[in-house]
Order: sequence, then C-alpha cells, then structure tokens
Amino acid sequence: MKRKPVDHAAAATAFIADAPHLDFHDARLWDMRQKRDAQMRLLPEWQDLRARASAIKEHVLANLADYLEQFERNARRNGIHVHWAADGAEHNRIVAEILDARGATTLIKSKSMVTEECDLRPYLAARGVTVTETDLGERIQQLDDQMPSHIVVPSVHKLTGDVARIFARAYGTDPDADDPHQLAEAQRLAARPVILHADAGMTGGNFFVAETGTFVVCTNEGNADLSATVPRVHIATIGIERVVPRMADLGVFIRLLSRSALGSPITQYTSHFRGPQDGGEMHVILVDNGRSARLGMADFWTSLKCIRCGACMNTCPVYRRSGGLSYGAVYSGPIGAIIDPTFNERKYSTLPYASTLNGSCTNVCPVKINIHEQLFKWRQVLVDHHQMPFVKREIMHMAGKLMGQPGLYRAAIAGAESALSTLPRFALYNWLNPWGRNRELPQPVKETFHTWYRRNRPAAKPAPFDNAET
Amino acid sequence: MRMKIGLFVPCYIDAFYPAVGIATLELLERLGQDVTYPQEQTCCGQPMTNAGCVSDSAAAEALFVRLFAGFDAIVMPSGSCAHHVRAHFDAIAQTDAVRHVRANTYELVEFLHDVLKVRDFPWAEFPHTVGLHNSCSTLRALRTASMSELGEPAFSKPMALLSGIRGIRFATPARPDECCGFGGTFSVSEEAVSARMGLDKVRDHRQAGADYIVSADSSCMMHQQGCAERNRVDIRFIHIAEILNGARQ
Repeated sequence: MKRKPVDHAAAATAFIADAPHLDFHDARLWDMRQKRDAQMRLLPEWQDLRARASAIKEHVLANLADYLEQFERNARRNGIHVHWAADGAEHNRIVAEILDARGATTLIKSKSMVTEECDLRPYLAARGVTVTETDLGERIQQLDDQMPSHIVVPSVHKLTGDVARIFARAYGTDPDADDPHQLAEAQRLAARPVILHADAGMTGGNFFVAETGTFVVCTNEGNADLSATVPRVHIATIGIERVVPRMADLGVFIRLLSRSALGSPITQYTSHFRGPQDGGEMHVILVDNGRSARLGMADFWTSLKCIRCGACMNTCPVYRRSGGLSYGAVYSGPIGAIIDPTFNERKYSTLPYASTLNGSCTNVCPVKINIHEQLFKWRQVLVDHHQMPFVKREIMHMAGKLMGQPGLYRAAIAGAESALSTLPRFALYNWLNPWGRNRELPQPVKETFHTWYRRNRPAAKPAPFDNAET
Repeated sequence: MRMKIGLFVPCYIDAFYPAVGIATLELLERLGQDVTYPQEQTCCGQPMTNAGCVSDSAAAEALFVRLFAGFDAIVMPSGSCAHHVRAHFDAIAQTDAVRHVRANTYELVEFLHDVLKVRDFPWAEFPHTVGLHNSCSTLRALRTASMSELGEPAFSKPMALLSGIRGIRFATPARPDECCGFGGTFSVSEEAVSARMGLDKVRDHRQAGADYIVSADSSCMMHQQGCAERNRVDIRFIHIAEILNGARQ
C-alpha cells in the first residue's frame, strides 16, 4: 500500500507556533541533558562503560539465536512460559489467547514501546478487553488517544493545564486545577481500584538475562511492579534484542540507563522477575517484528544496540523544537529516524532529513550507536529506492551537473547576484522561498571573491572561460 | 615552512561573503605561504551528498580533484566543506590524486593551529566582546574543540588562536555546543525548525553579552544573521579569518 510520507516539517511548524509548549518542551528536555552531563562527569569511567556496553551488545547481536535459546531454556526451568512472536499480529494474538483462556477482560499494563509497535491496545479493545496504562505519562497519552511522544517521558509535550483538561474529561476533576501533585493524586485514585481488580497484568522488559532465564524492568513510579504482581497473570513483552548474556553484564547497562535517560543515577525501581508468583502465571513474549531483518542490514544493524534511554532525543535540537508527535511514528527523535524507515520506507522517508547531522545524538548514546552517520546513510538508501520527492531529486541532479561545469556555474552566480540586488523584496520573500519566511537573505555584494581575485591578483592564471571573455 | 597552498573558497562565501575569502588569502600570504586560488573552482559537492544524492556530487568532486591535486595543502575557511572533502569524497573512484586531496585538505583554523602552528597575530586587534560559534562540522567532525557530550578535557583550537588577539573579550553562551540549525538543505526543507534554532542561538549569544558572533563557518553565520536581522536581535557577525587578518570590526 502506498502511503503518504509523514510531513515532519509541517507538524514541526505547528509545534513551534505554540510558544508556551515549545519553550517548556525545549527547556525540560535540555534540563534532562544537563543532568545527564552532570552524572557523566561523576563517573570517570563513563567512556569505558559506553565502550563496554557497546561491545556486549554487538557480541549479543552476533550470537543472538544462541542467547535467545539459552534464555528460553532457563526461563522455562524457572516456570516462565516463553512465546515467540514473529510480528505484531502474532504478538497480539498470543496476548489475546492467554487472556481468553483465563476469561480475563481487564488488563493493566506498564509502559512498553514494543506493545506500541504492535498496536496492542486497539486490538484488545476490539475484542472487549479493557486496557489501562498505569504509567502516569502513558495513561495521559492513552486518555488523549495519542502515541507517546518520547520513549521515557511519553507526555513531555504537554503542560499541566493540558493534563488537567484531560483528567477533567476522564475523571471528572476540576479542569482548572493544574497542580502536578493534585493531578498525580487524581491518577492514583483512579488507577488503584483498576489495579486491584484487574484480571491480568502486563509489562515490558528492559533487559533479559540468558544465563538465568530472568528479566528486569526499570521504572520510577512502581507501576510496573503493581501491574506485574497484583493480578495472578503477568505477561511481559520484550524485543529479542534486549537479551544480555550474564547477570554480571547487567550492571554496565543499569549504570548507563537512567543516567543517560533522566540524569538520575538509577531508576527508583529495578525489578528482577525470576518466575511466577505462588499460584500465578508468568509469560514472556519475545518479539521480532522486523528485528531479524534489521540485523541483516549492513549499515543499520547496530541500531539494535539501543536500550531506549531517550538521551538522543533530549539532546536533539530538532526534536526539542518539533516534539515527538511530529515524527508520526512509534519511535521519534534521532533513534526513531533511523529505526522507523525499517518498518515502512515510504511513510518514514522524510525522517532522516529531520536532522542537521550535527552529531550530538551519537555522542550521548550510551551504547555508541553512530546515529548521525546512519541518518546520513539512510538518505542515500532512500534516494536509491526512489523515495526522494521528484522536484528535490531534480534540483540536486541539476545542481550536481552545474557544479561540474565551471563556465556555466560562473554565469549562474553572476545571474543570482544581479537577482539579489535588483529583485523587489516581495519577489525575494514570497511563499516559494522558505528561507525568507523567518529569515533575511544575505546582503548583495559589490563583487564576488572570484571577481575580486581577478582584479587583485592579475598575474594568476585565469579560468579558460574568463580568458575567452577578455 | 613555505607550502604550495590551494585556496578553496566555498560557493556561498564567493557569492555573499567575499571579504572572508580575501581575509583568508591575505592571512595565508602574510604568513609567508604560496597561495593560489584555482579560478575554475565551483563547489565541493556537499549539498548533493548530504541530501543522499551521492552520484550527483561526482562532477564537482572530480573537478575539485583536478584543480587541487597539485598542491601541498588545500585550505578553506569552512569546516563543513573540509569535512566533506576528507570524509565523504566518495562519489568518484579513489585514485592516488583523490587520496592526496582528501589527506591534505584543511579547515583554516586547524591549518593555522596544527600545520603552521601560528599563535601570534601581532597585526590584529579586536576590541569587542565575541561569542564563539563552533559549527557542528568543526566541533564534532573535525574536532577542533572539545565536545560537551563526552566530558573530555577542555580544548579549543579557535580559542587558542583568538585568545592572543589584542583587546578581544569573550562571552560564553548557555548552550555553546547546540547546533544553530543551518544544516544545508535542512535550512529550507525544515524551515521552521531551522529558523527557530537560529533565533535561539543568536539570542543565547546576545544574552551572554556578545556584540559579535565569530565562527570558522560562514554558512552557519549566514543563517544566524538572517534570523537575527528578521527578529531584530542586535548582534554582528564576523569570520575568524577576518579577525586574525586584522579586521577591527
């Protein structure tokens, strides 16, 4: 099916037009970056940790099948049911079968980007299952029928006033009461009864350990622990790339994760799940959903090292000024722009261009993914696959030809010079010229450097075309 | 050490900021170098390659190599062009001439700092408060200054050159490493984000007390100047080559 590419630029334009939201969004995420820097400076071994984490991940990805099967064996020994889902549809079917077999109609869940990938909520809703997100930010997004705009802080693009209005609609609270503590309390009061009476609980998983057959969930609200332990049935959805070989490897990632994400030394809760509670059930669904295919992409496989900390988003000057929803995808920001095209090249063909290639994302990445180089490389792939708009492609083609012909190039420069100095302002700053919408053009000059040089260094060998003129 | 230097003047400097090209040429000559500006030069090919259209850069790259292969060093007052030549000159076959050009191409500041090892500019004086803008190419690709994301020991080649200038004072913006949003074709395809980043950048420098933004990249400054003028942010712009060559304003 042909789908129109996401118009990131248009969505970003709308985001920027709203000054209070823009200013908060930029300042909040920049603050997270600053706190991350402060944590980094406290650890002299920071760069060694990054190198170690990257090496472990690359080793795992090179031996993925072995570690997955080792995990499966050990997890089964622990009494965990292990399921394999090739794609989102299979994942959702597995979840539905587990719920159906137990007659479960209410599900509480903590935040999981993989379930967003699989579009789980609408699937279950259509089958009569009531799904309640228990992470505060994710619940806000659920109530507002929006995707998370950030991997770690899903509603960071909203102000407290927005949340107050959403809660008023959903919970009947005062739409003007936007005190964060009151809002959090409203969420607590609404969520607790749902949590206490839910038939089943669901979490994601930040890491799973092959040698022990266990998995780890890192959160700050404790909602994952409630979702996992209050109902008798716990389903954990995890992407296959999240396996680590040994428990001893885990420390490297735990030390990097929250420092990179929020600039806190560790998440409030780092919960290890080792098997079902007494009389309960534990299921782990290992999801591929395009990951095996990505592993085979020579230029992009290292994107699978990602531990979903969101540091690249926090530091990205484009993301901070366009908001996560402008990417129109489950994953936004720099990491989204290199992962999303693997799901749908045409739909996400604009995202690798939503970057200045400044490289800050690569520098903050705790597992050393060369994000900006992959953005650069994706552009070539998209052009090769005819995903660049025709007009832009033609302009580049013509520009490339012009740059190879010094005589024509010189003539074009002369033409542009006189256009800039003679055209009236309305012709230079019209809607056809995006440069001039929010910026002035450079002042026209008396003469180019080329002309100056010919006048001032007359002994120098002229270009053949200049020679012919004189 | 007298070297045979090929001067590359990027297309936008040729057309809009000839004073930057002149300052670069005069400065290198003043330092005793044998400088030639090959007059058939056009562009390094960066705009096409950065857009993903690598094959469209082939003609520009071939021309560049033809014009510059005979020089000991190729010097340009632009970090992003130097980075393109060195790291991304991949549209053409990698002959010995291409390899020579890639290995001997320098952005002006690093050439002065690393190759000529100049620290004193006794003819220069700049009695103003300046904020230094390191383009992302000079900062994170050419590594002419330390990067805040890595927490590495502080160093700055442009600062090492500027700090010897008589009368100069420095203002430090709150987010010195933040990209200004130019980004080549990004400045047009993502016009709103680009212009907003530029505005934030010039405001940051102004609030820090800078009267001038100084940079090794005129492309960033062309964009920033456009944002400053449209939004009436009172700040001026000057290329580092102009200051080092003795411009007083």
